[in-house]
Amino acid sequence: MKPPSEIEAPEIENPVAGIDQSAGDFKYDVKYDFDAGTGLTENTIRYISSVKKEEPWLLDFRLKAYKTFLEKPLPTHWATKDLENINFDKIRYYLSQGQKPKRTWDEVPADIKKTFERLGIPEQERKFLAGVEAQFDSEAAYSNIKEAVAKQGVIFVNSTEGLREHPEIFRKWFGKVIPTGDNKFSALNSAVFSGGSFIYVPPGVKVSHPLQAYFRINAENFGQFERTLIIADEGAEVVYMEGCTAPKFSTSTLHSAVVELVALKGAKIQYITVQNWAPNVYNLVTKRGLAHEEAEIKWIDCNIGSRLTMKYPGVVLKGRKARGEVISIALANDGQHQDTGAKMIHAADETTSTVVSKSISVGQGRATYRGQVHIPRHLKGCKNNTECDALLINTNSRTDTYPAITVRGDKNATQHEASVSKVSEDMIFYMQQRGLSEAQAMSLAVNGFINDLARQFPMEYSVELKRLIDLEMEGSVG
Amino acid sequence: MATSSVQSPAVGSFTEAAFHAHLARVAHLPAWWLDRKKAAFARFAALPMPARTNEGWRFSNIGSLTLDGFAVPDGPAPRPATHAEVGIDGLGHLIFANNRLSTRGELAADAASQGVIFSTLQEALVRHEALVREHLLTQPSKLGSEKFAALHEAFLEDGAFVYIPKNVTLRLPVGVFHYACGPNTAVFPHTLVVAGENAKATVVDFFRSDFPAAAGASAPPLDASPQFACGGNDLHAGHGAQLTYVATQEWSRATLSFQFNATVARRDARVVSVNLHAGARQARHESYSQLQAPGAHSEMLALTIAHGAQEFDQRTLQIHQAPNTSSNLLYKNALLDQAKTVFSGLIVVDPDAQKTDAYQSNRNLMLSDDAEAHSLPGLEIQANDVRCTHGATSARIPAEQEFYLQSRGIAKAQADELLVFGFFEEVLGKIDNENLHDILSGLIRRKFKE
Repeated sequence: MKPPSEIEAPEIENPVAGIDQSAGDFKYDVKYDFDAGTGLTENTIRYISSVKKEEPWLLDFRLKAYKTFLEKPLPTHWATKDLENINFDKIRYYLSQGQKPKRTWDEVPADIKKTFERLGIPEQERKFLAGVEAQFDSEAAYSNIKEAVAKQGVIFVNSTEGLREHPEIFRKWFGKVIPTGDNKFSALNSAVFSGGSFIYVPPGVKVSHPLQAYFRINAENFGQFERTLIIADEGAEVVYMEGCTAPKFSTSTLHSAVVELVALKGAKIQYITVQNWAPNVYNLVTKRGLAHEEAEIKWIDCNIGSRLTMKYPGVVLKGRKARGEVISIALANDGQHQDTGAKMIHAADETTSTVVSKSISVGQGRATYRGQVHIPRHLKGCKNNTECDALLINTNSRTDTYPAITVRGDKNATQHEASVSKVSEDMIFYMQQRGLSEAQAMSLAVNGFINDLARQFPMEYSVELKRLIDLEMEGSVG
Repeated sequence: MATSSVQSPAVGSFTEAAFHAHLARVAHLPAWWLDRKKAAFARFAALPMPARTNEGWRFSNIGSLTLDGFAVPDGPAPRPATHAEVGIDGLGHLIFANNRLSTRGELAADAASQGVIFSTLQEALVRHEALVREHLLTQPSKLGSEKFAALHEAFLEDGAFVYIPKNVTLRLPVGVFHYACGPNTAVFPHTLVVAGENAKATVVDFFRSDFPAAAGASAPPLDASPQFACGGNDLHAGHGAQLTYVATQEWSRATLSFQFNATVARRDARVVSVNLHAGARQARHESYSQLQAPGAHSEMLALTIAHGAQEFDQRTLQIHQAPNTSSNLLYKNALLDQAKTVFSGLIVVDPDAQKTDAYQSNRNLMLSDDAEAHSLPGLEIQANDVRCTHGATSARIPAEQEFYLQSRGIAKAQADELLVFGFFEEVLGKIDNENLHDILSGLIRRKFKE
C-alpha cells in the first residue's frame, strides 16, 4: 500500500471530450460541384430536385413537405429546449460532387476516397459485408453490392436511383410507414432528402452477410438528410448496418434521417446503428418499421456521439404474430443529451414486442429513455416487455425515464421495469483488490452492464463498441 | 412557435359575481387570506383550460372538463340525510356539507388537553391564524392543474384543521366528512394537517355525495346528478412525525372531481397516504410529495375501482430534495366495463439527494375488454448514488388462479371478487388501524356490488 503522500490526486472528472471521436475527427478539403447554398427556401428544394433529375410528382411531394415543415412547431412542449438552438437558415442543405455513385473504390475521387479509407470502410467491405454504400455529405460516393447477392435479385441502391429506376417497388412504400407530417423533422427530411439506401430483398432470399451504409459529414454547417427504405419480401431476411462520423466543428451540424422498414409476411429485418457523430451534431432521426404477419423487425441502436440525439425506433405490428424488438444502448458524456427510446404499436392479435434499453451517463451527460407502447382495443394475446436500466457514473450525471403505456382490454399483458444505479463500490473495490486500477475496474463494470446487449451485435461491431466504451470511460473516475 | 388554436380561458359557473358572492359568505377573512384568494381568482380566470398538447394532460379526456352548470351553494349547511357512522368508536369528527360545518363530534378529552387542535379552518383562522397562514396552500401546483388549484383556493370556504403538537400521539384516528348535497352543487373541501416534532396521528377524509329524497319520491339516480368537487389537502410532517392520511372518494357517479395533495416531510418524518377512488364521472388526483430533509419517508398508496365509463386520472410527483430520503409509491387500479385510468408519475432526485431510495409502481388489473389503462411512470435522476426503480404492468386476472378457484366450486363472479381483493390487499395491508382497514374493504365490496 502506498503511503498517503504518494496517493495520486484524484483526476479531474470527465476529461473525456467525446469518444473516439478521434477516429472521425479529420477533414479534407473537398470541392463541391453542386451546392444548394445556405438556408432553406422553395428554390433550394427545386435546385435539389433538378440536379437529381426527379419526376414532377417527387418535386410536388418535396414542396408539400416543405409547407408541412414550416407549419409544424418544434416539439419543445415535451422535448428539450436545445432544439431552439438549431438555426435552419444557417444550414447548407445539399452538397455533392455528383449524383452517381461509383462502383469501385478506384473511381471514387481521391479526396473522398482518403476519408473512407481512413475510416476503414473498404477494408470492412472485403472482410465481412455483402454490400456497401458510402455517403459523403448529400450523395453516395460509392455503392456496391457483391455479385452473388445481386444475382439473387437483391436491390441495393441510393434513394435517387431507387425512385427513378425501380418506382414499381419503392413508390408503393415510400413515405407510407412514416408520413411526411409525422413530425417536424420527418417533414424537413421529406422536403430535402438526398442519399440513403433503398433495399429490396425478393421473397425467400436470405442475405447471408450484412449490408452496410456509412454516412459521413464533411462540411461545416451541413445538414444531412438521408432517406432509407428497406423492403423484405415474404420470407426474406436481411441485416443492415449503418455507421456515421463527422469532424468536430465549432458550429452545429444537423443530421435528420428518415428510415422506413417494411417486412412482409414472415420476413426478418435487423437494423443496426452505431451512431458516433461529433459532439456538435444534432441527430434527429425518425425510424419506423412495419411488420406484417409473422414478420420480425429488430432495431439495434447504439448512440455514443452527437450533441443531441432524439431517436425512438418504432415497430408497427400490423400482422398477426408479428414481432418487434428494440435494443438500445446510449452513452451520454459531458455536453451530450441522448434522448432515445422505442415505440411499439400493436395493431394485430398475438403480436409481441420487447424493448431493452441501457444507458450510461458520464460526467454531466444526460441520458433519457422515452418510450411508447400502444395496445388498442379488441386485440388479444399481445405482449410487451420493456426494461430500462440506467447507470450513472459521476455525481452530477443525469438520467430520465419517460415511458407511456396504453393498454385496452383484458386479453393483453404489458410489463415495464426500470432501474437506476451506480457502479457498486463493492464491485470496484473487489477488482482493485485484484490489481486493477480504478479506471480499469470502472470500464470493466460498465462493459459488464451492457455486455448482454453488446453480444447481440455482429462480432466486429461488438468489439468496436467495447473499445469505444473503454475510451469514453477513460479518466471519468476520480 | 406557432400556436394554431389558443384555448380561451373559461370560468364557467365560477364568474366574478360568484366569487364576490362567495367572499360575502365567508365569515372570517383576514386581509392576507383575502389577498391570496383574490390573486387566486385572477389566476383561475386568466389561465386557459388544459390543451391537448399539454403533457400534464396526456391521455386525459379534456373535452369533458366543463365548468358550466354548477352553483356554489348558499345558506346554512344541510344535514346530510344519507350520513351513516363509519364504525370507529370515539372517532372525533367534523361533518361538512356544502362547504360549511354541519355537525361535529369532539375529540376525546385527553387529546384536547394535550393541545391537539381539531377544528374548522374558519375557527382556526380566528384562533390559530399564524399556524394556518404558515401551512395552508403554500405548495405550488406543479402537475398540470394550476387553473383548478387556483379555483380551489379562490372558493375555499371552510375545511378541517388538525394540529398535533410536539411529542403528542393521537391514539384514535380523526375523521373529516365532506358532503356535496343536492344536484349541481360545487364544493371545495380542504383538510390541513400539521404534525409537530415526533407527533403521531391518523386523519381520514370521506368525500361523499348526498341527495335527499323528496317526500314520496325516491332519491334521484346517482348517475343523473352532476356535482363539482375541487378539493385539496396539505400534509405537513415535522421532524420525526408520523402521519397517516386516508381518503375515500365516493362522489356521485356524475361528478367532476379534482383533488390536490401536497405533502411535506421533514427530517425523519414518515407520511403514509392512502387514497381510495371509487366515485365521480371523471376524477383527477394530483399528489405532490416533497422529501425535504434526511431520513424523510413518503409512502404514496392508491386504490382505484373504475366502473362504467368512469375516468380516473392520477398524477404524482415525488421530489427528493435531501440525501438519505426514501419514497414508495404503489398505485393499483382495477378496471371494469368501459372505464379508463391514467397514471402519470414522476420521481425527481435533486443533484444533492444522494442515497435516495425511491420506488414507483403502477399495477392495472384489466377486468373488461373495453377498459383502457395508461401508464406513464417517469424518472428524473440527477444524483448517482441512488436506488430508483419503477415498474408498470397491465394484465388480466391470471387464468390459472381463476381456474383454481372455480375448480373449488367458487363461481366466476365471486372468484374474480376474491382475486381483486387479493390484488388490493397489498395496499390495504399497509393500514395499521384495523377499523380503517375494514372500512376500506367494505367500500370496495360495495363498489363491486353496484
